[in-house]
Amino acid sequence: MSRRFRLSLFAVGAAVLAAGLLHGLAGLPAFGHYHGVYGTVLDRVTVSERHATDVITAINFDYRGLDTMGEEFILFAASIGLVVLLREQRDEHVDAERASEAGDPEQASDAARSGDAADPERTGGEAGSDARVEAERGGGHRLRTSPALLATGRWLVGPVLVLGVYIVTHGQLTPGGGFQGGVVLAAAVILVFVAGGRVAMAPIRPTGAAEALEAVGAGGYVAIGIAGLIAGMRFLSNFLPLGTVGSLLSSGTITSLSTIVGIEVAGALTLIVSEFVDQRLLVGGRSATEPRSPK
Amino acid sequence: MSFLQAAALLAVAGCGTAVVLTRDPTRQVIVTGFFGLLLAVLFFVFQAPDVALSQIVVGTVAVPVMALLTLARLRTRARRRDQP
Repeated sequence: MSRRFRLSLFAVGAAVLAAGLLHGLAGLPAFGHYHGVYGTVLDRVTVSERHATDVITAINFDYRGLDTMGEEFILFAASIGLVVLLREQRDEHVDAERASEAGDPEQASDAARSGDAADPERTGGEAGSDARVEAERGGGHRLRTSPALLATGRWLVGPVLVLGVYIVTHGQLTPGGGFQGGVVLAAAVILVFVAGGRVAMAPIRPTGAAEALEAVGAGGYVAIGIAGLIAGMRFLSNFLPLGTVGSLLSSGTITSLSTIVGIEVAGALTLIVSEFVDQRLLVGGRSATEPRSPK
Repeated sequence: MSFLQAAALLAVAGCGTAVVLTRDPTRQVIVTGFFGLLLAVLFFVFQAPDVALSQIVVGTVAVPVMALLTLARLRTRARRRDQP
């Protein structure tokens, strides 16, 4: 495809897009003048009907609770898919690594040859210890993390964790809720990784815990929905006592659903990040979060 | 539209252009982080604090971290292919 043809194709596409956008934008209400019926009604009735002061959380976890369940399972499926994909590839890597460690003659000589070819500065004597050089290079990389970053990261883990719990549990009162707070909680885990937590994380093995949290979060949402049926109402209906407006334990199932979604989101993101980190470290020579077990 | 809203829109437009003009993927990830933060400011001044909260964490932490880890993985994989 020539450059000229691509440009003309782009010009046609851009013109159609611009026309569509202009047509759509012309039909919008004036800036700051919202007249949607659904939004206006919910804005009026939410506090009296559901005792929740954050209308958005009330919409997410009550009025449109079923949509949120779908949304939650999208994240669930996406993270599971990613983890399956990454673990499939990890098996390959571990196998190759084990082969070179076991001194597979063909592979070892291959490595020596290509090592010489790739790095002309290296003398012949060093080429045999390719794997060790590789591991050392990986180690040196981690050591170069600046002390300021390590210190800041360590100091931030605690406050970020508390902030995450706050945002998850106060979703019905102030802006926030399960999705936002869950991501903040996962950010605390990411901070542990950033702050040189490879060693700190190794004995905890966050992967298993994250899997469990994610499963509890996804299953819990459905369980609360079914509890509504058992209470003699619709699926996902708000069957718990609504409490006083403005108190932490108010708004019935909105609070429970928001918390359970927070657990799910935190688990899913932690799982994704720790799988990625595991991959990165494995290639450096060692696995941080999983013991290497023979098949 | 207030001055703050106009300023936020302009900043997002400017930073979005900067993301596109940065060609090195690793640097681009960092610029994307700033772009995410500016988007969060935009959402906040347009009175959507819920969305702004998610945007802060997703746009400045989750997405850059995942992109960086993917880049790191691709890089080590390429190195591995050089020396099988």
